[in-house]
This record gives sequence, structure tokens and C-alpha cells, in this order.
Amino acid sequence: MSEHVVPIKTYLAVFVALILLTALTTGVAYIDLGPFNTVAALAIAVTKMLLVVLFFMHVKYSSGVTKIVIVAGIFWLAILITLTMADEMTRNWTPDPRPWSSPSLLLPFVSKFL
Amino acid sequence: MAAHSRLNDSHAAEVAHQFEDPEQQREADSLGMWTFLVTEIMFFGALFAAYVIYRSLHPAAFEAGSHLLEVKFGATNTAVLIGSSLTMVLAIYAAQTGKSKSTIITFLVLTMLLGAAFIGIKLHFEWFHDYAEGLVPGLNFDLAKYGSGVELFMVFYFFMTGLHALHMVIGLGILTVLVVMTARGRFSPRYYAPLDISGLYWHFVDIIWIFLFPLLYLIGGRYTHGGR
Repeated sequence: MSEHVVPIKTYLAVFVALILLTALTTGVAYIDLGPFNTVAALAIAVTKMLLVVLFFMHVKYSSGVTKIVIVAGIFWLAILITLTMADEMTRNWTPDPRPWSSPSLLLPFVSKFL
Repeated sequence: MAAHSRLNDSHAAEVAHQFEDPEQQREADSLGMWTFLVTEIMFFGALFAAYVIYRSLHPAAFEAGSHLLEVKFGATNTAVLIGSSLTMVLAIYAAQTGKSKSTIITFLVLTMLLGAAFIGIKLHFEWFHDYAEGLVPGLNFDLAKYGSGVELFMVFYFFMTGLHALHMVIGLGILTVLVVMTARGRFSPRYYAPLDISGLYWHFVDIIWIFLFPLLYLIGGRYTHGGR
């Protein structure tokens, strides 16, 4: 939030870019790119997010403190997802310990999906 | 500086006494709103993290679940929300540049109409349709037809889109208050903080949808079965 008044032209350009990116992400989903479908979808979503945050939310013109708060929020989200995934994806790297309560409870549930 | 602004009547009405000038007050307003929005990032972030894990555990089921959603409605709603974000910034622009009350109100009402259109499309063409097809976990999910993996996907779908829609409804309430405040002549180029921070909230809700749309509707290979 600053005294800076963003010209309408900028807003309209951002709006057109967002609509085009929506069309692009929808179109790309129908083309087989293997694992790059996910990469493309997320890259376009992040681009759209940046456009909204920088221009519609005026963060481009905001103070450094505001920017740090936002980056910290996104960084914490990255920690949440990365560490949870690190746990989830490495669980099979070591042999199961002798059963205690958890495997016997979970196995019938998990085996349905294996 | 502080003494000066207290002496100046036009300042005193718009700048609370703990701030030196309107600029500092604006910065504090924005920072406070962003702090709240960061808690919202974590709020939705937990759902996103859970979604990522379960998607990696059951990729085929999530793909099948994704194919049950209609891309055309998701894409339309994305465009509708982006349009509402545009009208929101135009309302703030109108206040910043001292346009008439009716101009500000027009843009705010347009924002509300687009927001209501989003919820309408979601309810009428998607959720209602999902219910008719037996896709609502806890109400009428057809486990024999779709399987438990798809049920898990639909749980995520309804929680994520439901929480998002709840934010939209709250946003519509905020916009109603803004329309009343504008009509009472509360805003000027010197003071429009409620418009500005409500705009931040509205755009944030837009960003959540910008991620929900590809995650729920697109990722998972539309090309394989052609989708719908």
C-alpha cells in the first residue's frame, strides 16, 4: 500500500495476461508432456500468483518489511510441504521395525491402496 | 512531523495519533493485513500439503477423481475471479484518484456480482451436479462405482473448494460493508484503507483459486481420457 497510483493500463495488461495464462494452462493440460504437465501447471500458477501479488496487491510498490513478511510466509509454507514430503517419501527406505500397534492397525487400510 | 499533523485538521481526521503521516499509517495497515494473510497461507497450506501427500500415495485414484470434474466450469470460474480482481483494483483506483462515489460503488458491485457468479457456477453446475452423480463423501458417495481412492480425492475437493467458497462469502460480506461506507462518503484520495486491505483479502482468495484450479482440475493428465 503506497501513495503510488498504478495506471489503469497496467491493471488491464495484468488482467489480459492472467486470462491468457488461464487459457494456456487449460490447453497444456490436454497435451501429453509426461511429468512436465505438473511442472507447467505449477509454473503457470506461480506466474499468475506473482502477477496478482505484485500488481493487483501493489507489493511491487510496498515497503521492504511487507515483502519480507510475505516471503517469510511462503518460506514457511515451503518448510511445511518439504519436510512433510521428506518424511512421507523416505518411510520405505528402512525396513519396518518389529510391529508395535501402528502397522497392525494401518495395514488393512493401506493395503487397499497398494 | 507528529506535532504538525496533529495541528492539521485534515490530517487529524484521517491519521490515527500513533502515526506520523498517512504514508506510515498506510504501510502499517498493509503490513497488518499481510500478517493475517500469511496465517491464511498456512491455513490453506496445511490442506495443500495433505493434498500433495495423498496425491503421491494414490496417483491413479486422484487422476480418476480429477477427470470427474469439468474443466470448462473450473476455467470459466478462474476467468470470473480474475475479472472480479480487476474490478476490485479499479474500485481502489477510483478512490485513489478521487472519482465519484457512484464510480467506486459501481466497481464494488461489479466485484460482488462476479463473486456471486463464481459461487453460483460452483453450486449450480458443479456441487449440485456432483451430488446428482453420487460424488459427495458423507452424503451419498457411490463407493461401489468410484472406489475409495476417488472418495479421498472428493473429500479434498469439497474441503478445498468449500473453504475457498466460504472465503468468497465472507468477501461478499466485506464488499457489502464497503459499499455502505462508500455511500456514506467515508473514502477520499487521502483515506481509503478499508478498500485497500479488503482488496488484499479479495486478491488472496483469487490466488488460492489460481492454485486450486490446476491442482484439482488439470494435473493428472486430461489427455489420457480426454476429460470432460
